[in-house]
Amino acid sequence: MPSASAPDVPIGGRVPLPPRVLTIDDVEALALGAWILGTGGGGDPYHKLLNVRELYRKGHTVTLIDPLSLADDALVAVLSNMGAPLVGQERLADAAFATKPVRTMETYLGRKFDAVMSLEIGGGNGVHPLMVAALTGYPVVDADTMGRAYPEAQMTSVAVAELQCWPFALADIRDNEVIIPRAASWKWMERISRKACVEVGSVAATCKAPRTGREVKDHGILYTTTKAIDLGRAVLDARARHADPVRAILDACAGKLLFAGKVVDVARRATEGFLRGRAEIDGLGGDAGRRFTVHFQNEFSVGYLDGEPVVMTPDLICVVDSVSGDGIGTDVIRYGQRVSVLALPGPEVFMSPKGLEAVGPRAFGFDLDFRSVFAEGAR
Amino acid sequence: MKRIGIDVGGTNTDAVLVDGGTVVGAVKTATTDDVTGGVRTALRDLTAQVGGAIAGTAAVMIGTTHFINAVVQRRHLNRAAALRICLPACASLPPMVDWPRDLAALVDGGAYLVEGGHEYDGRPLMPLDEAAVAEAGRRMRADGVTAVAVTSVFSPLTSAFEDRAAEILRQEHPDLRITLSSTLGRIGLLERENVTILNACLQDLAGETVRAFETAIAESGLDAPLFITQNDGTVASAAIAREQPVFGFASGPTNSMRGAAFLSGIDDAMVVDVGGTTSDVGCLRAGFPREANNVVQVGGVRTLFRMPDVLSIGIGGGTVVKQDPLTVGPVSVGHRLTREALVFGGDTLTLTDIAVAAGIAEIGDRSRIAALPAALVRETVETVHRRLAETVDRMKSDAAAVPLLAVGGGAMLTPDRMPGISEVVRVEHFAVANAVGAATAQVSGEVDHVFRDMDRDALLREAETMARERAVAAGADPATLKVVDMEDLPLAYLPGNAVRARVRVVGDIVAEGMRRAG
Repeated sequence: MPSASAPDVPIGGRVPLPPRVLTIDDVEALALGAWILGTGGGGDPYHKLLNVRELYRKGHTVTLIDPLSLADDALVAVLSNMGAPLVGQERLADAAFATKPVRTMETYLGRKFDAVMSLEIGGGNGVHPLMVAALTGYPVVDADTMGRAYPEAQMTSVAVAELQCWPFALADIRDNEVIIPRAASWKWMERISRKACVEVGSVAATCKAPRTGREVKDHGILYTTTKAIDLGRAVLDARARHADPVRAILDACAGKLLFAGKVVDVARRATEGFLRGRAEIDGLGGDAGRRFTVHFQNEFSVGYLDGEPVVMTPDLICVVDSVSGDGIGTDVIRYGQRVSVLALPGPEVFMSPKGLEAVGPRAFGFDLDFRSVFAEGAR
Repeated sequence: MKRIGIDVGGTNTDAVLVDGGTVVGAVKTATTDDVTGGVRTALRDLTAQVGGAIAGTAAVMIGTTHFINAVVQRRHLNRAAALRICLPACASLPPMVDWPRDLAALVDGGAYLVEGGHEYDGRPLMPLDEAAVAEAGRRMRADGVTAVAVTSVFSPLTSAFEDRAAEILRQEHPDLRITLSSTLGRIGLLERENVTILNACLQDLAGETVRAFETAIAESGLDAPLFITQNDGTVASAAIAREQPVFGFASGPTNSMRGAAFLSGIDDAMVVDVGGTTSDVGCLRAGFPREANNVVQVGGVRTLFRMPDVLSIGIGGGTVVKQDPLTVGPVSVGHRLTREALVFGGDTLTLTDIAVAAGIAEIGDRSRIAALPAALVRETVETVHRRLAETVDRMKSDAAAVPLLAVGGGAMLTPDRMPGISEVVRVEHFAVANAVGAATAQVSGEVDHVFRDMDRDALLREAETMARERAVAAGADPATLKVVDMEDLPLAYLPGNAVRARVRVVGDIVAEGMRRAG
């Protein structure tokens, strides 16, 4: 199996780390970290974690490789599960199913992949490629294309870089397979593939436009798998030490605590296939007497403190349980929960004008100029 | 209408006689190992207390922790097969995949995956593989397995394949006791299947327990049908409860909350039930406990079904207090309180001793705690008050101040004032609120369904109509029905403006229907 060969050109003189076999504890930590990085969306990774546990129990393992170790002409499969989270609660994640579009794409290309990677590290898709890797033996590249979770296919680092959006493969659990050989743009690809996904039951395994090793090295968001594992471990360690898991998240990701309080109102509506709405949080402790409003479109997108916008995408807005540090999804956030609102730095690529066009506040319908929580002089 | 309510707890079996809106008699006895012994004693004591007033009792309603304890303690469980209608989907996560190994090994009666299931919009995923279902039934019979849990993909939306599978299984294996997941659970295949398997492996115990309760009632000379109280504050006839023991899992805390509402006349409030080992905090809405909307672990198994939203902390009359540094709980002396607490001549400092020292309880021998430092007593009481206040506030669903109903044997440990609480209400018969809740339980009907291409008002009306029909079918008086829970959640990514709606209605039992239902 071809994989981690020597890099053609080292980036910044950095020596790639050797491949490492993940332990099941790493995968448990990854699931926890990915759920937090999902910023309220991306789906709960639980069923995917169960799949990997089952595969590990049967002797399978997953090898994680440094993206810098990819040969320039290596071929990498970018994978995700597509569909409605509710459907995923009945049509359980399945490793063989996740692998189907990879084989479809290989047949179409007439070439085998060298490795797999995640479309988005946030939520269930952060664990998704590990199921395929455990089953096929392909290594997982320590990278993704969002650094978090976003609702649409054009909201990726590779779309911002205007890399080719095709071909695309989608598989159903039955013998239905779809190849989209070409689409006019990332948005067209999103629209056409979404239609196919709905037709097969609003759940599909997908293999996005394959990427070369060079493209991953230049345009991927690197080391996000390790970041999610480290984040999950930090939370687990804090719990074991009876320390504050929220503080552990902030320390692990150089994040900022924006607000701590109690959810007092949640309004949700589904429009154009998205779960939109907002949660109102009343302050507790040092934030008593203040009100934080966090808006979401599948993921948390913009936060207001006493009516003033204070945090917005592409900064990561994470709402976590104030006691356990567990991520809280936009579909399950509810009255009475004690939550902390955190900002974590977003990927650099999205801070550019093109990046902000794709995932800035205006991409989510907020007429706001992006200002990072992490900019000089910010709160 | 006269009713007897009995709550069989881990420590005590409480019984009350309620006539209309009045508690006529109340007794507390020790729970026995055989469970029914305690029921028999409670009925005898109650009869002795109220005399002739017990005549004409129309129903006996029993709430029991017996079924959930069997799961937690891994006792009295029968083997059960799991039939999942899902292929080619869901193959890599077999039934009981995330169960504790010891429990899975104990009850595993074989897993069968067959083709079938539905899409979210009601289309079949695949046609049902009837031959495979029949073959599974024959294998179960050959294996001597007498209970099965049947779970089909998206069966809460359409139970057609589960119903058909049940027909086929019954033909192949007439003695099989069949639990269908669509009768128990909600959307969420693994958690619904888990509940269904738990229900299947409790069939032996549920049959024996219900029979024993009926015997105890008959032996006490009463001619009244038995009802078993449910997680949601309603009752099921003995015949239905025998088939669905999981619906009685959380009847203890539920009955306390319902009893508190009945005794105080307050329907919207927070409730704290301070027992011997834990304090259970819940939220009453329209007289019923707010439901948990999330996964609830039962004996290490993830479940998602009709359960009350209850938060328990280790504060109770038997909670052990340690000094230097001061720690309160979570260890409790439990039912050994009357031997081990200082005021009862023991040598363990408990919250009961602190309560006596603080002058908020009068029980046992006060001289035995005279030497306790005043600072220790004060700090302990403050700690207990702070923790209870935090827990109550955590469970509140909005910022407005609401009353707190304090019940249970340790209710005196609740402070008189809390932030966000308008008043702390202490009710008469607070120590037997759970039995009162059992005696006053009602009947419900529930719908959890995904609607498409309907406006919000129309779909909620439709859901309410379906819920009303189900309540009447379960024995409710149509004239008394009222909606206690209505919730709609738009579903992301689904076409056709899909909305998942959940509606629950409750009503009083039809008086003349009681005999029939029993």
